[in-house]
Amino acid sequence: MSNFFEKSDLSRSEAENIISDTLQKCDDGELYLENSKSESILLDDNKIKNSSYNSDLGFGFRAISDEVVAYSHSNEISKNSLKQSSENLKSTLKSVKGTYNHEIPKSNKKYYENINPIEQKSLNEKIKILNEVNNYLRSKNDNIKQVTANFLGEQKSIEIIRSGGETLTDVRPLIRFNVSVMLEKNGRKETGVYGVGGRQSYDSYLKDDNWKSVCDEALRIASVNLESKPAPAGEMKVVLGPGWPAILIHEAVGHGLEGDFNRKKTSAFHNLMGQKVASEGVTIVDDGTIDNRRGSLTIDDEGTPTEKTVLIENGILKNFMQDRLNARLMKTKSTGSGRRENYRHIVLPRMRNTMMLSGNQTQDEMIKAVDKGIFAVSFGGGQVDITSGKFVFNCTEAYEIVNGKIGSPIKGATLIGDGPSILKEVSMVGNDMMMDPGIGTCGKAGQGVPVGVAQPSILINKMTVGGTKL
Amino acid sequence: MVKDQEFLEKKASYCLGLAKKLGATESSVIVNNSVSETVNFRNKKLDESNRSDDLGISITTYIGKKKSSISSSNLLDDNLNILIEKCVETTKNTPEDEFNSLPDKDLLAKEVKDLNLYDDTHIENDQKIDYLKKLESAASNDKKIVNTESSFTQNKSNFILANSEGFCAGYKTSSFTASSVTVAKDEKSMERDYEYSSKCFLKDLDTAEELGKQAADQTIRKLSPKKIGSEKIAIIFDKRIAKGILSTFASAISSSAISRGTSFLKDKVNQKIFSDKINVLDKPDILKGLGSRNFDSEGVKTDTLKLVDQGILKHYLIDTYNGKKLNLKSNGRCGGTSNLYFENGNISFKDLLNSKSKSLYITETIGHGSNIVTGDYSVGATGFLVENGEFKYPINEITIAGNFKDMFKNITLANDLEFKYSTNSPTMMIEGMVVAGK
Repeated sequence: MSNFFEKSDLSRSEAENIISDTLQKCDDGELYLENSKSESILLDDNKIKNSSYNSDLGFGFRAISDEVVAYSHSNEISKNSLKQSSENLKSTLKSVKGTYNHEIPKSNKKYYENINPIEQKSLNEKIKILNEVNNYLRSKNDNIKQVTANFLGEQKSIEIIRSGGETLTDVRPLIRFNVSVMLEKNGRKETGVYGVGGRQSYDSYLKDDNWKSVCDEALRIASVNLESKPAPAGEMKVVLGPGWPAILIHEAVGHGLEGDFNRKKTSAFHNLMGQKVASEGVTIVDDGTIDNRRGSLTIDDEGTPTEKTVLIENGILKNFMQDRLNARLMKTKSTGSGRRENYRHIVLPRMRNTMMLSGNQTQDEMIKAVDKGIFAVSFGGGQVDITSGKFVFNCTEAYEIVNGKIGSPIKGATLIGDGPSILKEVSMVGNDMMMDPGIGTCGKAGQGVPVGVAQPSILINKMTVGGTKL
Repeated sequence: MVKDQEFLEKKASYCLGLAKKLGATESSVIVNNSVSETVNFRNKKLDESNRSDDLGISITTYIGKKKSSISSSNLLDDNLNILIEKCVETTKNTPEDEFNSLPDKDLLAKEVKDLNLYDDTHIENDQKIDYLKKLESAASNDKKIVNTESSFTQNKSNFILANSEGFCAGYKTSSFTASSVTVAKDEKSMERDYEYSSKCFLKDLDTAEELGKQAADQTIRKLSPKKIGSEKIAIIFDKRIAKGILSTFASAISSSAISRGTSFLKDKVNQKIFSDKINVLDKPDILKGLGSRNFDSEGVKTDTLKLVDQGILKHYLIDTYNGKKLNLKSNGRCGGTSNLYFENGNISFKDLLNSKSKSLYITETIGHGSNIVTGDYSVGATGFLVENGEFKYPINEITIAGNFKDMFKNITLANDLEFKYSTNSPTMMIEGMVVAGK
């Protein structure tokens, strides 16, 4: 645990006094302190291209009055700096007359251990594995022209001090291991990317030569793409595989169910609470409480313990995801979804691990039900316009389906759909729900936060596939 | 206020000195400070104020051909001591790479020209609020506008780049940015659009009224969109989207993508990749330019480059490391391009719209659908159907797709270039792309 006041001319009790004084007539607010350490070790083009280490320290001071948020952040934890921030907040919120909400739920559950993954494996061991990855892949396939592999590790310690001195802390480990390969055959180049990660040590994901399976998967995807033909263009049936393709759920409905967009009525879902927004059998939850997952949090960045929030139950819209500000203004409670990238940013309601739960059909049944369509297995990333509800995601591994059978692989294409209506087009839900491998980062308002997704195989009756073949 | 040169130089030289003492044979350091103040409005009321004061330092140490780097936001000497020690230690344990080195001394910038990048004007939050009130009032004139959000940011930054070869330079920059996002609604649909202005000097910023009205007009015209069928059709890219195609071109000619072999433009220097009429320039010395600079992030001087001359690719964007790998000299493009633009074409915007009996005018794309390894392009798009030079109706939920190798050869540019961003393009038409819709 970091002691943020150890090397500062500012004592904890002085800080508490400034916080209480600044926030006394505000509705909410806190001082958020953060100390993070991160590393990146990158192998590329047969060499260790980069070994870097970052240490970041700072605070963000927030005061909220009614709907107005005043925020100030700095890297210098000092008397002067905190006082200047306090003045900034006071000058924005000129006449405050609220009552500070001291209530914050408590829980003693923890969803990951207090470890520093960077220190748990030496630099030499990391370099050794990266070199083994390079040699393993290059000896496996003659068409390999490029291999990139990297370790990303982080430990983030946070402390939240609220008015009155109440203090909440969390230490969050996070790692990611990625492999990317490029193949070249007959002048054609294609890539394959795969990775694993979560809130445990590197070894939890890579022991017993587990890294080989990450390499094999990246190579398999690249090999499939090398044989791919142009993707079709137009509306057709789409079968999505389990796991990572759930970024469809994340983009199509997840963002639209975040509290801020609904309070501001800019989400296509804002007037649909209690209504049917998905086919029967579709249940979607956002869960921050799964042990060691990338999107899990013991407490959110406002100090609220996370929970499993039911968003859509059997097709009916049940809940939005809330931080404290939007919950208060919408007269409901925080779902522990208040997150920020780091102390430089304000809190926003965000997703954690967003999951569509299993139904009872098989992937095989879905494929058989399609005359002409595509089977999408892996994706690069997605984006949504929450106002119009239109969303896209990019396939990185997909196949055509012809007369109920999986056919040739097709080139990467963008799929586009309409968020509020797409889940009504889901006609089969598989029994094979799977979590993603722990690689997702969600972007919103310029802030990236780690998230997870999960889903079973699903059949969607109609989506537009953005290929080039008419 | 933003820290002065003297403070940053002192930190930089402390780091270089310590790195040398601890055994680094060469080293470089960047120290920067950025102070920005933002006010956000929503539906004509104050929504958020945000002040940020960011300090940062990043240090790279070399021992012979070994290299490692660290960065931190904590500039206290105690912390720097620990980090530099860690950095030198890591360097010792990192394998050699024959291409690692500081830039050649004779390529480093010798002089720092005043490019007019810093405006000392300070705009108080109350003045920002006045601007945003006017903006939102102009944005919400029409009843169809149901939500307005706007933002005003003043940013002042300063930096020093120094290395153990004696290079030490830096300068202040400023930016003033205003944006307006509006949501419009009718019985059938809800749509969002935006307008934005960013300048080095406050007095050059668009007026609040212009910005608000522009955002609202652009949003209202998108209401009640239709979906069209799949077909091959000429696509006209609005300037704000056309610049993205130029950015993809820039990533594909970066020396890192070229040396790694992961670009569809590898080995294409001196070959024709665009049609005859296309010229691309990267000009770092435009006064008040949003991408202007004296030197790149390694201290190498940056001259104007004609990257594409009459359709022929002339240069890659080269930094020191990848330059050595490719046996080429750095041309001062570590960190990318400066003010990158397509030169004007010789046809007006109106004539471009009129040049086909039917085309699609694209105002927004979503998704990350540009693949620089293969050149494949596929994104979600929003825009308008154009018939005989006129906007007929808005379109959405379609995708547009093609391959850059073909797309580049089929570009026609209008003559309406503006320097609104750091990368800019006139309105662009590309023939032969595929739209996927119904």
